[in-house]
Amino acid sequence: MSEKKEKTGRVPMPEQDPNVRKRNFQEVPTGYTPAMAQEEAARCVQCKKPGCVEGCPVSVDIPGFINLVNKGDFTAAIRHIWSMNALPAVCGRVCPQEIQCEGKCILNKKGTPVAIGNLERFCADYEREHGTGALPPTAAATGKRVAVVGSGPSGLTVAGDLIQKGHSVTIMEAFHKPGGVLVYGIPEFRLPKAIVAQEVNFLERLGVEVRCNSVVGRTVSLDELFEQGYDAIYLGVGAGLPSFMNIPGENLIGILSANEYLTRANLMKAYKFPEVDTPIPLGKHVAVLGAGNVAMDSARTAMRLGAESVKIVYRRSRDEMPARAAEIHHAEEEGIEFMLLTNPVRYLGNEAGRLTGMECLKMELGEPDASGRRRPIPIKGSEFQIKCDLVVVAVGSGANPLLTQSTPDLKLNKWGYIQADQETGKTSKRGVWAGGDIVTGAATVILAMGAGRAAANSIHKYLTWGW
Amino acid sequence: MFPIVTREEMAQGTVILNEIEAPLIARKAKPGQFVILKANEEGERIPLTMAETNPAKGTITIIYMVVGKSTALFRDLKVGDGYQDVIGPLGRPTHVEKVGTVLCVGGGTGVAVLHPITRAMKEAGNHVICVIGARNKDLLILEEKMKAASNDLRICTDDGSYGHHGFVTDVVKEVLAQTQVQQVVAIGPVPMMKAVCNITKEKNVPTLVSLNPIMIDGTGMCGGCRVSVGGKTKFACVDGPEFDGHLVNFDELNLRLKAYCTEEKQCYDGYCRLAE
Repeated sequence: MSEKKEKTGRVPMPEQDPNVRKRNFQEVPTGYTPAMAQEEAARCVQCKKPGCVEGCPVSVDIPGFINLVNKGDFTAAIRHIWSMNALPAVCGRVCPQEIQCEGKCILNKKGTPVAIGNLERFCADYEREHGTGALPPTAAATGKRVAVVGSGPSGLTVAGDLIQKGHSVTIMEAFHKPGGVLVYGIPEFRLPKAIVAQEVNFLERLGVEVRCNSVVGRTVSLDELFEQGYDAIYLGVGAGLPSFMNIPGENLIGILSANEYLTRANLMKAYKFPEVDTPIPLGKHVAVLGAGNVAMDSARTAMRLGAESVKIVYRRSRDEMPARAAEIHHAEEEGIEFMLLTNPVRYLGNEAGRLTGMECLKMELGEPDASGRRRPIPIKGSEFQIKCDLVVVAVGSGANPLLTQSTPDLKLNKWGYIQADQETGKTSKRGVWAGGDIVTGAATVILAMGAGRAAANSIHKYLTWGW
Repeated sequence: MFPIVTREEMAQGTVILNEIEAPLIARKAKPGQFVILKANEEGERIPLTMAETNPAKGTITIIYMVVGKSTALFRDLKVGDGYQDVIGPLGRPTHVEKVGTVLCVGGGTGVAVLHPITRAMKEAGNHVICVIGARNKDLLILEEKMKAASNDLRICTDDGSYGHHGFVTDVVKEVLAQTQVQQVVAIGPVPMMKAVCNITKEKNVPTLVSLNPIMIDGTGMCGGCRVSVGGKTKFACVDGPEFDGHLVNFDELNLRLKAYCTEEKQCYDGYCRLAE
């Protein structure tokens, strides 16, 4: 590598070859070596007013940890990140860095921002593989008890923050395994489940109790939790209600919500069927509706399960696709087709009730809509049919009413999401906080963690000083 | 782990009863609600409506027919063994009120689900007529319990080996012709529920059915359990499992239940070969 290139270009992270990885479930990028990490860290110019920190929803001191990587003190680097972000191994892998830290990096003006996500991931992985396993110090026990409902990114953040402040923390998870969307939603090839398990184990070693199979709202109510002696409750239950297209034929066999498809593949490990007992439909010709991260995850899962063709079907154009740039890039490399400006209008099936195809309309972009994106408008008479035997619907999700219906004194907004104070996460019910997708609607891991951090601070104040 | 405290074989070993220690669920469960069970690490999540709960003892009871690998795994659990995961109570409880005369119709293992509902209906002050059926006398379950839970129990077998020779629908027609019935509850195989609903629809008698479609989480998250009710899509796990039988699209439900029949057979055959 020439000296000039080292100065201007990002150090690429080695990846599995697309033609190999598109048929396996191992992680795609294989990680930096220490030398690569130090080389990349040396590219950081250590801005006085770092844009990257502003771009980070949890304000990680990015130049600070990168400086430590540059010096080769990886242990100090991970400790520095931990003081601001409890889940760096996860964030380094799944944050949309291009619109956050890396998007604000001064080197981004030349199109080659520092690979902050890769470095964050490196620090966490290095610690996992080489670390002493020493735990950070925790404050003296306060005797206060906190129940955290949901073990996704925001719940884990709240649990980690509050246990270190000396409170006793119990996490209640509805599924049989903790991790929330990190376990049921994000595939193994993007976020290995062993990493999530280790993050949860880290919290358990700090003293957090994790109770699986606990459906709060059914197994136990919020008021019962208070009766049992909990002093505060954090609700981080996620959005959790799949949206469908509401077009004819939607209940044909072979049409699954992305939640179902990914839960089968990830949580239930159905990609190993029949080694495990949960099956997953193997589509030959697969269409995935939507173009967010969940759609990319679904499409790439279908490819790994042996599909002959996988299409992303999206009603807007490439510029509006909400997925992370890296996911779109990886999907394209793996042979996923992009059928843009296309909207399904009905599903076609056979007499056995199974899906055989889909009728679609071509779209064009009109004036910007409420989201600021140009509104897709159907082109009259442009109907056409495509052949498919599996459709995964990844067009977003709504508010799951299971918990909120059983808690009438929790105020909701008109879409059914919990109303919570933006700064603190306080809800209308005394002693109850909420954050993440059940407040904002479906968003990112890091935003959920940011909400968790804010709520944890507010809960700590409440437990120390009162409501 | 959720230990099994009682195990019984019924209907010549094709139907199994497990009483399971699950105090948190037993404390909250109401008639009509279900649990999801998973035998071990690699197991499937299987939804089953509870046949009995004992809050004082902290146990719940499930009764199931062995139809595939997952239920065969359940069958092979002994007293003292346990389920790795039991989640619940899930779904909405049965709406129980005094309406007058209630006709409860059960077929196969549906009788197990019907039992607590029947008892609750009688305890609410209703006159409860019960019709239960099976293919033959040996496959009939819970006769004594159903007799105790109702005011008037009628039995049918397809082969005439016990009680009325024929389907439960014959007796349903008979009862509806003789008696003013305010409410019907029908729980059993999909074709049975459909046939009962066809009869009660004609007579305009409100009919509750309990559905058991394929599902994963049981909390409204996956949408796998969607059923068409009155032309609208409902999730059986959170909107049900009970619905107005006159509005349910049983044909669609029947097809959707077969979504994984090839995979189910592959899995079961593999398990049976292992056992040989």
